[in-house]
Amino acid sequence: MCQVDEDYHDQFEHADPPSVSKKCVKCKEATAAVVIRARDVYCRGCFKEYFIHKFRAMLGKNRIIFPGEKVLLAVSGGPSSCSMLSQVQEGLSQNAHKKLRFLPGIIYIDEGGAVGQSVKDRLRMVAELQAVFKATGFPFHIVPLEQVLDLPSSVVMKAPSPSEQPASAYKAAVDNFIQNDSSSCLTPQEQEETSLPDVQESHTQLLQQLIGSAKTLTAKEDLLNTLRQHLLVHTARTEGYSKLMLGDNCTRVAVKLLTSISLGRGAQLAQDTGFSDFRYDDVIFVRPMRDYSAKEIAYYNHMFKVPSVFIPNLDTKKTDKASIQHLTETFVTKLQTDFPSTVSTIYRTSEKLQTACKSSSTADHSDRCLLCMCALDTAVEDASAFKATLISEQLSGATTTEIPRQNPTPVNTESTAPTGQCCSSETGEDCGRAASGGGSCSSAKAPETTDLKSLLCYSCQLTIKDMSSVDQLPQYILSEAHRRLMRSQMREVISGFLLDDGDEAD
Amino acid sequence: TLTSRLSKCHKHHTLQIELSLFILSSGGAELLFDGVKKHHVTLPSQSEPWDVKQLLVWIQRNLLKERPELFVQGDTVRPGILVLINDADWELMGELDYRLQDQDNVVFISTLHGG
Repeated sequence: MCQVDEDYHDQFEHADPPSVSKKCVKCKEATAAVVIRARDVYCRGCFKEYFIHKFRAMLGKNRIIFPGEKVLLAVSGGPSSCSMLSQVQEGLSQNAHKKLRFLPGIIYIDEGGAVGQSVKDRLRMVAELQAVFKATGFPFHIVPLEQVLDLPSSVVMKAPSPSEQPASAYKAAVDNFIQNDSSSCLTPQEQEETSLPDVQESHTQLLQQLIGSAKTLTAKEDLLNTLRQHLLVHTARTEGYSKLMLGDNCTRVAVKLLTSISLGRGAQLAQDTGFSDFRYDDVIFVRPMRDYSAKEIAYYNHMFKVPSVFIPNLDTKKTDKASIQHLTETFVTKLQTDFPSTVSTIYRTSEKLQTACKSSSTADHSDRCLLCMCALDTAVEDASAFKATLISEQLSGATTTEIPRQNPTPVNTESTAPTGQCCSSETGEDCGRAASGGGSCSSAKAPETTDLKSLLCYSCQLTIKDMSSVDQLPQYILSEAHRRLMRSQMREVISGFLLDDGDEAD
Repeated sequence: TLTSRLSKCHKHHTLQIELSLFILSSGGAELLFDGVKKHHVTLPSQSEPWDVKQLLVWIQRNLLKERPELFVQGDTVRPGILVLINDADWELMGELDYRLQDQDNVVFISTLHGG
């Protein structure tokens, strides 16, 4: 009874409802349901309209997806990519002048093997996603990440880039498309019945060894990211897609931006986070969801019943400091709750970034990073931060860590298994090399970490450094590495007879 | 005035019966609830009205199966977990101070990479 005063106080406060009956800022009639930015509150209807418009506006503004083009949607099952899928569906069902005019297909990469899921769980998730994909009517490809082990080395070679299209090409293509508006071309292709490809247990084990050979979660995530990208590009190429849509949302892009900086990928920021990413020449990555915050997407998916399937990944149930990627995400989301403009500020910065074009026409593939396929950032002058880091590393490593690093077989218990593995697959490696054109080099050993480093950008070097051995890397990477090393060796040998590159370019 | 206060207080008490709520967790948040997404819970009656702040404490004690720090931090939800009350943003409802009503629908969505 002594709480009378308190209760009374509470009731008094309650008499003034905080903002329950706030009206939507757009229609000014309906009751608001979503807070998008500090004072922007939308009702259900207006929020839906806003959300749908934003997707079309994003594609319209960037003019990168041509009518009739085959576009592969990378769907991970998460809220953003599933939302992207539903927006594409929405866009294709619009009336004539608002209609999206490309031909979508779906790809899902089942990473369960790398994350350590049981076969049963993997099948269950794939079945769930398959139901979602079937409902769209789009052709879809379900690819287990294990297939990355069988990729050809063409994935990491420079593809012949399609001829540069002038800015006016887009308009011409649209006009052309409207003129011979063939509705037949627009109907999504027959959905082929894709049976789930069998995954060999030995492949899963190899993949797990590969991921396991990365000693830190940061390196694991980075490696997984690289492998996933290679598999996406390969599938897009073999299935004839020229664009690949990724579901990165605004929050994700902000996290990625800061993560990339922390991982030493400053030079690749624009490609890692921009709307379009041209690093694979013939397959262009597009990020149409990068204008939506994670919150908008979550609310939209919840309100309009967009199906998504939760699939655990390497970050699941990890502590905040488990990896650089995870820590950055925690940092950004924490800051975002107290300062709601955090994400948008970081995002706006990423929008302004551009890749410094280093005359891509003369660029040989050997000046691209073997793993991330970005231009190498390691060919810089002596007075640079990169060289300074190297020197400092050398100096501090000279006294303490020199011995284990020089010796590729440390006193690590892990090292026994990989070596055995390497021996058993020796013959297979040689075959791969012989096939790739290096006939004379069958006796050569797999590239050492130090050799490999010369082919990598700074950040990928760090990832490789965190791996217990490079022998675990998939064959397509190793054989391409070998090819590039041989090539540069040969170049050195005959350098005296070569015309200077500089003269050639002029 | 004392009698009026008392009557108000009395009225208040009689109003507080058990609360029946629907709690939904998704986006990976369900992992902390043994993978169960939908919960139909009944909150016991108590002298003061239930608000979201108390609900979080209750969830932590009765519903969470593991790693409470991945769901609640301090007296609010972990940053990156969104809350909807009756299909509306909880920011519009007074967040932690919202007074729960019988048959309310509370949704927790994790927007974090990996849940």
